[in-house]
Amino acid sequence: MSQALAKPAVPVGGQNNLPGLLLLAVLAIAFPLLPYALHVSDYVLNIFMNSVTYAMAVLGMVVVLGYAGQINLAQAAFFGIGAYAVGLGTVSWGLHFWVSFALGMGAAAIAGLVLGFTTLRLGGHYLAMITISFQQIFDLVMVNWIDVTRGPDGIPGIEPPALFGLHLTDKRAYLLFCAAVLYLLIWFVWWLPSTRLGRAMRAVRDNELAAGTIGVHTLRTKVIAFAISAVLGGIGGSLYAAGFSYISPDNFSFLRSIEFLTAVLLGGAQSPFGAALGTVLIVLLPEWLRFLKSLYLAVYGLGVILIMVFMPEGIWGLMRNTFQRVRKPRAPVIGAVPALNFDIKTQDDRPVLKLENLQKHFGGLRAVDGIDVAVAPGTVHALIGPNGSGKTTSLNVVNGIYRPTAGKILLDGIDVTQLKPHDRAGLGMGRTFQNIRLFQTMTALENVMVGGQRDNNPMEAGGEALVTRALSALHFVGILERAHMIVRNLPYGHQRLVEIARALAAHPKLLLLDEPGAGLNQTEKHELVGLLKRLRGHGLTVFLIDHDMGLVEKVSDKITVLNFGKKIAEGTPQEVLRHPDVIAAYLGEGPTHAAARA
Amino acid sequence: MDVLANNLQVLFQGLALGSIYALVSLGFVLIIRATNVVNFAQGDFAMLGGYAMILFTVGMPGNPELHIPGFAVHVPYWLAIALAAVVMALIGVAFNYGVYYPLRNRSFLPVLISTLGASIFLQNTVLALFNPQPRPLDKLFNVEGVTIGGVFLDSQYLVILGFTILAVAFQYFFFEHTLIGKKLQATSQDKDMARLLGIPVTLMIIITFVYSAVLGGLAGMLVAPILFVSIGMGSTIALKAFAATIIGGFGDVRGAIVGGLIIGVVESLAAYHIPNGVPYKDAYAFLALFLVLLFRPQGIFGEKVSEKA
Repeated sequence: MSQALAKPAVPVGGQNNLPGLLLLAVLAIAFPLLPYALHVSDYVLNIFMNSVTYAMAVLGMVVVLGYAGQINLAQAAFFGIGAYAVGLGTVSWGLHFWVSFALGMGAAAIAGLVLGFTTLRLGGHYLAMITISFQQIFDLVMVNWIDVTRGPDGIPGIEPPALFGLHLTDKRAYLLFCAAVLYLLIWFVWWLPSTRLGRAMRAVRDNELAAGTIGVHTLRTKVIAFAISAVLGGIGGSLYAAGFSYISPDNFSFLRSIEFLTAVLLGGAQSPFGAALGTVLIVLLPEWLRFLKSLYLAVYGLGVILIMVFMPEGIWGLMRNTFQRVRKPRAPVIGAVPALNFDIKTQDDRPVLKLENLQKHFGGLRAVDGIDVAVAPGTVHALIGPNGSGKTTSLNVVNGIYRPTAGKILLDGIDVTQLKPHDRAGLGMGRTFQNIRLFQTMTALENVMVGGQRDNNPMEAGGEALVTRALSALHFVGILERAHMIVRNLPYGHQRLVEIARALAAHPKLLLLDEPGAGLNQTEKHELVGLLKRLRGHGLTVFLIDHDMGLVEKVSDKITVLNFGKKIAEGTPQEVLRHPDVIAAYLGEGPTHAAARA
Repeated sequence: MDVLANNLQVLFQGLALGSIYALVSLGFVLIIRATNVVNFAQGDFAMLGGYAMILFTVGMPGNPELHIPGFAVHVPYWLAIALAAVVMALIGVAFNYGVYYPLRNRSFLPVLISTLGASIFLQNTVLALFNPQPRPLDKLFNVEGVTIGGVFLDSQYLVILGFTILAVAFQYFFFEHTLIGKKLQATSQDKDMARLLGIPVTLMIIITFVYSAVLGGLAGMLVAPILFVSIGMGSTIALKAFAATIIGGFGDVRGAIVGGLIIGVVESLAAYHIPNGVPYKDAYAFLALFLVLLFRPQGIFGEKVSEKA
C-alpha cells in the first residue's frame, strides 16, 4: 500500500504514492456500490452494514489506544449509547432522527469525559477495569430499567433517516450514506496525528512523564482522546440502530467491546486503514470459522494472545514494514532553515530561577534539606555533588515532578511551587533527562515540534511556523539531516541532541539539563561543551547537574555543591573546586568529618 | 430486634462474599507485585476451580458436536479438592508460559490484553466441554448451619470465613518468614537486582502464578455451593475483586483483604436496603469504586501514585 497513507504521522514532506492512493480510492468507492452491482441477499447486506458501523467504533479505538496509548474496554457501551439514543429518541420519544443522533453523540461525549476525568490520571490498569465496570453497569441498566429502555426485549421499528428530503429507506442507499460517513471519519482519524492534539496524544503514549515536563497537558490530552473515541463509538451505534431497525442489550455487551479491541489490534492500532481492515476481518471471521462450531470463541481468545505475541503492530503494521523494506522511503528534502531565534525576555537582572529553603523529604530521608539557589540570567549554573547528595531530586522538584515538602520555587519572579510540570513548561522552563526520554516512535522533527507547541511559546501561530522553529532547533544542535528519522533508530548521542533541541524549540527562559554528559564518549562530550558554550553565548540561562567535573568546570559560570541534601559550597568553578569541604565530599575526608557523619 | 437480626444476617453474608473477593483480590495483588500487570483472567481461576470440582465429583457432559465424549466420576469431596488444587497449579504454570512469558519484556498493555484473551479462551473452552447450564455443588460439610441470636450462620459461609483467615495467616507466614517468601518479595521489588543476586526470577514468577491460580481456584471451590458453578462466575467475582484491590490500595496486601470485605458488605447491605435494588446488586461495588477514585484515588492503604524521572 501507499507509503504516504501508511505513515500518516509525517507532518511535512510525506510523499504521495499515487498508484496506492488510487487503488485505495477505487476499493473504497467500489465497496458500498457492490450491493447495487450484484444481487446480494439481506444477510450479506447486513454483513456490509455491520462492517461499516463497527468500523466507526474501531476508529475510536485507534484514537484512544493507537494514538493516546490508553485502553478502552467499554467501546460497545459508547456504541450502545449512540444506538439507544436513536432507538429511544425516534421510537419512544418521537424525536427527529438527527436530534436523537446529536443527543447520542452528546451523551457518549459526556460519558467519555466523566469516565476519563475520574480514571485517566491513574493510568492504565485502572482505566481497563473502570471501563469494564462501566460496560457492565451499562448492560445492567439497559436490561433492568425496563420502563425506559424496554429491557431485554429491545426496541424494534427504528427507521432510517432522511437526508436532504431523500428517505434512505432502501438499505443499499443507507449503506452508501454510512460508507460516506465512515470515509469522512477515516480521513479525520488519519489527519489527527499531524495536528497539535494528535502529536500531544502520541507524546503521552510514548513517554507521559516527558510529555508533561515539556508542556503537554497530559490529563487533558488523554481525556480528549477518550472522549473522541466515545463519540466515534456513538456515531457508529446511532447509524447501526437505524441500519438494523432493531436493537437490544445483547448487541452492546462486553464481548462486543472485546471484538472492537480485537479488530483494532488485528488490523493495526496505529492506522485508521488498519482499523477498517481489522473490522472487516472480525465481522467475516465467524462466517469463515463456522467449522469450529462451539470452539469458535475459545479460538478467538487464543487469537488475541497470538496477535499480541506475534503481530504487535497488526496486519497493517506488517504490510507497512514489508513495504518499507522493499522500497526505502526517500528522505524529504529540507530547504534552507532560518537560524534559531533565542529572543529570551526576562525581567531585568533578577534571578531567572530562585530556590528558597527548598526541602524534599521521603519519609525520614531528607533528600533535599533546605537549599537556597539563585540562577542569574544568561549564566550557566551547575549543581554538583557526590552520589545521593540530592541533585536529581532537586531538579525533579524544580521541574514539578515532585512536590517540595517545604520552600519556594520562583521562575523569573513567578512563584511556580504549586504548578504542575506542564504549567511550568508553559512559563518557559525546559528540561532534558539523564536517561533520555524521547517519544521513541516519533520522528526527531515531531519530537521537537511537541516541545515547540507549549503554551505561551512566543512565536507566530500556525503549523508552518512550528515546523520552521523545530527545524531551526535541530539545525542549531547540528542534526538537521536526521529530522525525518524515527528517534528510536538514532544513535545515543544524537538522541541526546534531539532532547536538547526539543527543549530549545520551546523558547525556554530556563533550561534544566539533567546530566547532559552521561553516556557520551569523549568526542561527543567535547561537542556538548561547544553546544553549551554557544547556548550561553546566546544568553540562555542554564541550570545543569552533572558528575563530570571537567565538563562542569569548562561551561559553568557558577557552581553550587550539594552534600546530603545541604548546600556546602557555592561560587565560581575555581573557588568551589578548591573548597576544602568540596574536596572532602568528593575524595574522602578527615576523621573528624567521618565521625560527624556517623 | 428483627431488624437488627436481619441486618446482622445480611452483614454476615456480606463478609463471607467479601472474603471470596478478598481471596481473588490477593491473587491479583500477588501478580501485580511480581509482574506489574493486572491479570484479567484471575476471576477465571475461580471459575476453573469450581469446574474442576464438578469434574471430579460429577464428571463432564462432553460435547457431541465436537465428538468429545462425556463421563462420570465420583471422587470423595476432600480428594476432589486436592486434585482440583493440583489442576489449578498446572494451569498456573501453563498460564505463565502461554500468556505472560512471551510478552514479559513488553509494556503492560500487551500483557493485559493477552490476559483478556486468556480469559475468553478459558471461559469458552470450559463452555464447550461443559454446557452453559449453571451447576450446583455440595457444601463442604453436610450441615445447614447454626442459628445464634436469630442470625442464621450457613456452614459454607463459616467455612469461607475460616479459610480466608487461614489463607491470610499462611500468606503472612510464607512471605515474611520463609526464604522462598523473601525471594518472592525481592523479585517483586526489583527483578534485575534479584537476578543479580542469584534469585531465579523466572521460577519465582511461575510460583507466583501457581500460588494465585490455586488461591483463586480455592475461592471458586468455596463459593460454588452458594453461587452455583457457571461460566460467568469468574468475571463477576474478578470485577469486584479488582474494585477491592483499588479501594484497598493498588498492590497492597492488607488493602486487598479490607477492600474485599468492604465490597462484600456494601453490596449485600445495599441490595437489602435499597428498594428494587436487587437487579443492580453488581453495580453498587462499582459505584463505591467510582467514589473512591474520585476522593481517594490511592485507596485506603495506598501511597500517592508518582513516577520517578
